[in-house]
Amino acid sequence: MSDELYAQMEIILDYYRNPKNVGIIENPDIHAEDTNIPCGDHIEIFVKLKDNKVIDAKFRGQGCIISQASASMLLEKIIGMNLDDVKKLTKKDILNMLGINLSPTRMKCALLSLKVLNEGIAKYEGKEFNIEEYLKEKVEEE
Amino acid sequence: MTSVSKIINVDQIREDFPILKRKFYGKQLIYFDNAATSQKPKQVIEAIKRYYEEQNANIHRGIYALSEEATQLYENSKRKVAKFINAQRWEEIIYTRNTTESINLIAYTWGRKNLKKGDNIVLTVMEHHSNLVPWQLLSQEKKIKLRFINIDDEGLLRLDQAEKLIDENTKLVSVTHVSNVLGTINPVKEIGKIAHKKGALFLVDGAQSTPHMPVDVRNIDADFFAFSGHKMLGPMGIGVLYGKREILEKMSPFLGGGDMIKQCSLAGCSWNDLPWKFEAGTSNVEGAIGLSAAIDYLNSLGMESIREHEEQLTKYALEQMSDIKDIKIYGPKDTKLRGGVISFNLGNIHPHDLASFLDAEGIAIRAGHHCAEPLMIRLGVTATARASFYIYNKKDEIDVFIKVLNKIREVLKV
Repeated sequence: MSDELYAQMEIILDYYRNPKNVGIIENPDIHAEDTNIPCGDHIEIFVKLKDNKVIDAKFRGQGCIISQASASMLLEKIIGMNLDDVKKLTKKDILNMLGINLSPTRMKCALLSLKVLNEGIAKYEGKEFNIEEYLKEKVEEE
Repeated sequence: MTSVSKIINVDQIREDFPILKRKFYGKQLIYFDNAATSQKPKQVIEAIKRYYEEQNANIHRGIYALSEEATQLYENSKRKVAKFINAQRWEEIIYTRNTTESINLIAYTWGRKNLKKGDNIVLTVMEHHSNLVPWQLLSQEKKIKLRFINIDDEGLLRLDQAEKLIDENTKLVSVTHVSNVLGTINPVKEIGKIAHKKGALFLVDGAQSTPHMPVDVRNIDADFFAFSGHKMLGPMGIGVLYGKREILEKMSPFLGGGDMIKQCSLAGCSWNDLPWKFEAGTSNVEGAIGLSAAIDYLNSLGMESIREHEEQLTKYALEQMSDIKDIKIYGPKDTKLRGGVISFNLGNIHPHDLASFLDAEGIAIRAGHHCAEPLMIRLGVTATARASFYIYNKKDEIDVFIKVLNKIREVLKV
């Protein structure tokens, strides 16, 4: 049984052991950071845009496997994407990427990078990040 | 106290705990989160069921047999608690919701009335938030100072600091009996002596000691002693505050309402006798009856035997865990000085990841700051994983736990 879990987690563990897109970008277009208070997970995201397209994305942070691996996967996914498509990403996309079931507590770890990214985008667009709107649109179950 | 303690029959005990038969992800539940709450034996569950099926009525003032019966059950529960911790009188037992409420009660009544600017309260760095935040709130209101006794690198209290920090302006010393993180058993009797020498009152947070070892409040010479029912096989929502009668009598009431007054007119009220002065409104009779049944259960095993069983388990777990590479175990090594609580970290793995991997094998541990953030800062970590044992835990379960920890280490390559 647990071997199945480890097999399921192999991809996640691979990102955890050898995270991709780690680092910082000087003069990023999009930049935000946040901490999951109860866990101490911290994620800081940098995104560079060209013609409304993500040409580079990096993160730095510390914390649990789920938070760090999901940040790494999310950035890998958005590189090359249009900002408008990035804005459409939801909890469902994150869970598809991770490929495992998460308890409600661990869900917060998985979604930290999505929240930081959306906060950065709001800032970039000169808007106030509305957490309630964000949760309603992208996190709450359909 | 008896010198010969019975040997605990764990397999027989486990039969009394229906929840231990549960499986998660196809794995037998291994419950190692006893410092958070204990499981309940069917004797406790049945006592509560019986109460609602046969004995339920509001207590006091009911002039009918059913109410008299419920009142008797409630008061007998206090007698049982008093005897369990060796209080002199059952009137010294006040029921609250939990340890947190017990400590807050003292802060709100005794603290507000007796403290003034320039006074100080001495605590320790290992306190649970429940024995820290009430005093922080009070210190803002009354402009008093809080002082903290530090620990040494093994997690033992620095008694030399206690001697210095407790002075003539100290009005209260409040210390946990057993740390919920380090497991350290503090020398409360010695600390109490220092407190009393300087004229301070002495409060002991017994949330982590009362369920696991013999407690004698008169031997400790505690002025106040607080603990929770749910960590000692009882239901949630019932806690105890013990206080010396002469101190409780001088204290103002806590909550106002029914049952806590002797006489009441529109002009004012006079307060009821102990312990009712501190128990406004309808009581948690169900909780009192459940706690009573829990104490019966603990007494049938013997607190000395329980302590011995847990000490052996802890010793075994510490030995086995020490062999795991890259593990860091917090707290005293000598099991004579620690209860059945083991906090640890494994390499740089986040404790929440450890807890998730263990959960996948049916093992329930806790991970986080354990409501003791100042202690986390003192230890230089953001969080730890914590396994904590009780009467129904056995060596086989520790073996599974060790096996899984080794596997996690291997898979994550820390």
